[in-house]
Amino acid sequence: MTNLVVPQQAAAATRTRPPGEPLLKVEGLVKHFPVRSGLFGAKQHVRAVDGIDFTVDPGETLGVVGESGCGKTTTGRMLVRLLEPTSGKITFEGRDITHMNRSSLRPLRQDMQIIFQDPYSSLNPRHTVGRIVAMPLSVNGIEPAGGVKKRVQELLEIVGLNPEHYNRYPHEFSGGQRQRIGVARALALKPKMIVADEPVSALDVSIQAQVINLLRDLQREFNLAFVFIAHDLAVVRHFCERIAVMYLGKIVEVGSRQQIYEQPSHPYTKALLSAVPDVTKLGASLGRIRLEGDVPTPINPPSGCRFRTRCWKAQDLCAQVEPPLDPKPNGSIAACHFPEVGPLR
Amino acid sequence: MTTPQTAHGGAYLQVRDLRVQFSTEDGVVRAVDGVSFSVDRGQTLGIVGESGSGKSVSSLAVLGLHDPKKSRISGEILVNGRNVVGLDDNELRKLRGRDVAMIFQDPLSSLHPYYTIGKQIVAAYRIHHPNASKSLARKHAIDMLGRVGIPQPAKRIDGYPHEFSGGMRQRAMIAMALVNDPDLLIADEPTTALDVTVQAQILDLIEDLQRDFNAAVILITHDLGVVSQIADDVLVMYAGRVAEYGSAEQVLRQAQHPYTWGLLASVPSLHGDADEDLKPIKGNPPSLINVPPGCAFHPRCRYAMLNGGPCDIEVPQLLPLLATHEPGHTVACHLPERQRKSIYEQDIAAVGVAI
Ligand SMILES: Nc1ncnc2c1ncn2[C@@H]1O[C@H](COP(=O)(O)OP(=O)(O)OP(=O)(O)O)[C@@H](O)[C@H]1O
Ligand SMILES: Nc1ncnc2c1ncn2[C@@H]1O[C@H](COP(=O)(O)OP(=O)(O)O)[C@@H](O)[C@H]1O
Ligand code: SF4
Ligand code: SF4
Ligand SMILES: [Mg+2]
Ligand SMILES: [Mg+2]
Repeated sequence: MTNLVVPQQAAAATRTRPPGEPLLKVEGLVKHFPVRSGLFGAKQHVRAVDGIDFTVDPGETLGVVGESGCGKTTTGRMLVRLLEPTSGKITFEGRDITHMNRSSLRPLRQDMQIIFQDPYSSLNPRHTVGRIVAMPLSVNGIEPAGGVKKRVQELLEIVGLNPEHYNRYPHEFSGGQRQRIGVARALALKPKMIVADEPVSALDVSIQAQVINLLRDLQREFNLAFVFIAHDLAVVRHFCERIAVMYLGKIVEVGSRQQIYEQPSHPYTKALLSAVPDVTKLGASLGRIRLEGDVPTPINPPSGCRFRTRCWKAQDLCAQVEPPLDPKPNGSIAACHFPEVGPLR
Repeated sequence: MTTPQTAHGGAYLQVRDLRVQFSTEDGVVRAVDGVSFSVDRGQTLGIVGESGSGKSVSSLAVLGLHDPKKSRISGEILVNGRNVVGLDDNELRKLRGRDVAMIFQDPLSSLHPYYTIGKQIVAAYRIHHPNASKSLARKHAIDMLGRVGIPQPAKRIDGYPHEFSGGMRQRAMIAMALVNDPDLLIADEPTTALDVTVQAQILDLIEDLQRDFNAAVILITHDLGVVSQIADDVLVMYAGRVAEYGSAEQVLRQAQHPYTWGLLASVPSLHGDADEDLKPIKGNPPSLINVPPGCAFHPRCRYAMLNGGPCDIEVPQLLPLLATHEPGHTVACHLPERQRKSIYEQDIAAVGVAI
């Protein structure tokens, strides 16, 4: 696959990255949002992300899955520094970028881009497509060889849009096409990594498949690393080699596609997979796991294992001791005192 | 397994050649263009299709919820044998809630934020039971909240909608929809806004309640997985028309329409080879002001017979399959049946969820 890498990107990657180091390293990352309950209520904290660790290698696709509110978006926004972490450390290409200031961040902004969920609100309706896609170039004062317009038209072509639509406005495009505009903008600076937050969730299935295929092609062609955030487990399985499962601000399991989808170790992962309605399950109703209740509030998460209030395997130990995230017999890394053993079903 | 064809006779709901048009500044929107289907008590019909295909408009017509000044409706909607197209407001009000009830994607659209959950369920009950005492209605509401799985219903009944989680609100809305024991329940994307684990709870609940109440259920969704989990029959809509209609097994396991194939091949699965590329449908769904001539799907269809072929000229009829012995399976496509079968086996059966 290395022969497909854009030459200057490959060169840059080998130049700045110490050998064997991951592209991105996240350690003990925390984000707490202060909230007040009522006008004179006590100050409390939403523990949106509460101490997570992971790495991403160059060209690797890491999926982040979990239910609404578990901290996926907050994590993604901290990675690209749209949100200031409360604590923890983010290392990109060996450099600590956790608290870097604006000007030192510039080169980072080129290497790491974000694609948002909502193809409607993430594009300025008053700007032409040409201007939107060129934005990262102009903001960073980059004049590509051949000119901005040529580069933008190249990018539109790459994402499957008509380069002649350079002067059109976002409202003239469908949802799938708008998401392609967002992808073109993200590619403008030839990033090494893209954080994609629910990039296909707002799209109809047929359009969703078009965008997934596009992202996969680009990933392979440019050897892009991805942090791919989504709640749809089937979409993530299709796109990602490695998957992190989040619950209430914590990573509860990380593993390869095979480990997570064929032999999960964490009961929560197993329950999530079991809950997905899948056409291939038509007629087979055996062995379904049904979790009770909803996810508890991240203001006051349960003691010990945060999943214990919904876990069918919970014992006293689970309320007393927080399970460490460590290797399990099934192969993945998981945080559970009584992990699942053996293949799913 | 019941099949739509054989069930037509005495089905609780029978929709025949329904057309709904809206006149707008830009032109006439043909939102529903000749749709027929039926659902009997104890049966669930899944209606699938992409956004804008006419799913919601069809079901709102069953409840008589379109403004007669802005819409034109033709065809027949027989609820327990009685045609409800053209009924006056008064008659429609009697029908809604008592005979036919609806639940929506967003519970807040049917729950008022300023009133307690209990007050709203009591009010819904007393519309159709004007002589019931307040305390009796309240007791009934508590029972219903318990039935839909709300813990401590006698206490939670006095809570406001914003004090409920998304899943709980959806349960409360279901309780309100079922409080008058309707014979037909229409659920429009009831789980789309919910997480998978809560979605699974709500789908189980709808199935359980359907069994208990022996209601007919229409479930509208864009998610083929959801349909496969609870539908007996499946109707696939495209551009306001029916592309394919049959039992869940027929439509999802032996699909015969290129659009259904496109949907099946577009959805990634939890099983099978994840490295295999999805096969998306090219292009976008059409505007219903300007529906393509002939088969509305022809600009996106990989198998379209154009240049003198029938696909861009003649609207295909929804016809039963002849060669296979599959009663109740109907498809609107000009491709010869044999060819469809072989395309399905060669191109489709191995991709996406169509395994
Ligand atoms: N600015 C904020 N102030 C207070 N709480 C916040 C803020 N942003 C996020 N939160 C809370 O932090 C938690 C995690 O939020 P986040 O948006 O990361 O979830 P998510 O996994 O992306 O969920 P979804 O799938 O719904 O987008 C939630 O409980 C959310 O309500
Ligand atoms: N009140 C209305 N006036 C004009 N057009 C409408 C109205 N309601 C729906 N439509 C149009 O009818 C088509 C079908 O809508 P709908 O049934 O809501 O689609 P969906 O399948 O997503 O539920 C769409 O093109 C929509 O824009
Ligand atoms: S630690 Fe205990 S409560 Fe947590 S997932 Fe494992 S078994 Fe369940
Ligand atoms: S009628 Fe023609 S265009 Fe329409 S689905 Fe069949 S083959 Fe395709
Ligand atoms: Mg999010
Ligand atoms: Mg709708």
